[in-house]
Amino acid sequence: MDFALKKEHEMARALFKEFAEKEVKPLAQEVDETEEFPRATVEKMAKLGFLGIPIPKEYGGQGCDPLTYVMCVEELSKVCGTTGVIVSAHTSLCCDPIQTFGTEEQKQKYLVPLAKGEKLGAFGLTEPGAGTDAQGQQTKAVEDGDSYVINGSKIFITNGKEADVYVIFAVTGMIEKRGKMMKEISAFIVEKGTPGFTFGTKEKKMGIRGSSTYELIFTDCRVPKENLLGKVGQGFKIAMHTLDGGRIGIASQALGIAEGALERTIAYTKERKQFGRSIAQQQNTQFQLADMATKVEAAKLLVYKAALAKANQKEYGFEAAQAKLYAAEVAMEVTTKAVQLHGGYGYTREYDVERMMRDAKITEIYEGTSEVQRMVISAALLK
Amino acid sequence: MKIVVCIKQVPDTKGGVKFNPDGTLDRGAMLTIMNPDDKAGLEAALRLKDQYGAEVTVITMGLPKAEDVLREAMAMGADKGILVTDRVLGGADTWATSQTLAGAIRNLEYDLIITGRQAIDGDTAQVGPQISEHLGIPVISYAQKIEIEGDSVIVERQFDDRYHVLKAKMPCLITALAELNEPRYMTPGGIFDAVKADITVWGRANLVDVEDSNLGLKGSPTQIAKASDKVRKGAGEKVNLDPAESVDYIVGKLKEKHVI
Repeated sequence: MDFALKKEHEMARALFKEFAEKEVKPLAQEVDETEEFPRATVEKMAKLGFLGIPIPKEYGGQGCDPLTYVMCVEELSKVCGTTGVIVSAHTSLCCDPIQTFGTEEQKQKYLVPLAKGEKLGAFGLTEPGAGTDAQGQQTKAVEDGDSYVINGSKIFITNGKEADVYVIFAVTGMIEKRGKMMKEISAFIVEKGTPGFTFGTKEKKMGIRGSSTYELIFTDCRVPKENLLGKVGQGFKIAMHTLDGGRIGIASQALGIAEGALERTIAYTKERKQFGRSIAQQQNTQFQLADMATKVEAAKLLVYKAALAKANQKEYGFEAAQAKLYAAEVAMEVTTKAVQLHGGYGYTREYDVERMMRDAKITEIYEGTSEVQRMVISAALLK
Repeated sequence: MKIVVCIKQVPDTKGGVKFNPDGTLDRGAMLTIMNPDDKAGLEAALRLKDQYGAEVTVITMGLPKAEDVLREAMAMGADKGILVTDRVLGGADTWATSQTLAGAIRNLEYDLIITGRQAIDGDTAQVGPQISEHLGIPVISYAQKIEIEGDSVIVERQFDDRYHVLKAKMPCLITALAELNEPRYMTPGGIFDAVKADITVWGRANLVDVEDSNLGLKGSPTQIAKASDKVRKGAGEKVNLDPAESVDYIVGKLKEKHVI
């Protein structure tokens, strides 16, 4: 087993790090304060191919592997969790399902501009009554001639209103499964501007405040049949497959936030003096830093392992769930300790760790809560 | 159009500086980057490629690990990379370096050669002009703007508080300033391609029309007597006077030290 990175990954990391430091870090605090979507940064990333990293070149992508994509989200999130999740939601939740389940026509029409960064993507599964329990879906799609007519709403949608292409899930009927009537869910590609597709309220969030989180409203929204993604009734499978990949993206975001907080804390504790010496010279600080760094490293290995599993295995839900569960909880723990080691300054918005602690919390919740990850992991252990 | 860009792998000033016993830099032991002026020269070449169409070849002399800087250039958009490496070329000063690079470039077809003005490890600004001299082509140094007109280049050359506009027939050599442009980033896909790309490796045997006596440490007229890392300065002296008295005090000190 060799833990050394390949040359291309070393170079890609250097690229993402330089970009994050020069283009993203200077804006991170402002993006958080103003809650404005960092459109200019997204355009710069699009130009450099950051919005199509794992997509094959023939579909307008960069032709790299999941590990390279993971490193991009990680490095961006080290300085700005908002920017990290914009890339993650676009790539994992919109490009990936179209690449995996789309027809050739759908790939040409939607995946190519998404991978080139000409368009931004989003994913709509969650509803007020359907979070962890996807069977709670109320949004319906009814076949009518050569279209489906969608009615309902989706909430907490990342890149909402900013995105151009949305992968949307809706109930298309009822089917009997193991003697029980279950909702048949299907997936659709919906373009912004489709009549009947509007945006509701923008969420006011604790963290990742520059990421645009909106309610999507569908009122007699007519979507052509050729925009059905996969087959009728395949929606649940598409959603679960997509979230397996998405969880690797969020795990990378969590890892980046934890690493960013650790870096800042190491620097701060070397500078901050109390009782005539730096607090880094106090054993409590040293032990805290040692624990933080060890957990961050363990999270990194799980996240990278999940990225390699996605590259090399047909199924990678187990690895993705472990990576997300652990990285998210490490992000929360490390950022909390980072604020503590910064003392009163860490509680102010002048220091990045305050923002990082708020940003970290969502990684334990979205794209499957930590509890859901435990369900996925234990189900695999006990089957 | 064919453009050759000379680039150098230099120590990253963020890392520590390490020396060999003979006073030359221990390049193998230091973190490295692409020399900033050279990166601007490469960006200028890539912009000419975008604008007019060109084949951009990057060339470097150095240790085998200098291959990294060629791959970085290729990930930015350069088409070909040539590494000139050989034990007998080690310890070269500017004279031996320019002889080596000129000897390598004689193998190539070119309309334009672009080098950085100077490298941040030596700060001599001699290698570019020396290469042009060896190859018998014109040189325009300190370029802050480059345009192509027919078979000529039109270059704004920085000069104190003004600039000169010079025109030269190609082939010619231009030395670029870091201020010339903001170099582009690599792209992820460019990196994956660059890592797989073939790099041409040349040694002493591939150098054309160069005497052994002009190569490596032995061919270098400059011998380093002593080299050391930056010496930390003392805290200095702080005085708290009103502005007029401060000026008198500073002028007095400068006179005392024979600075003025």
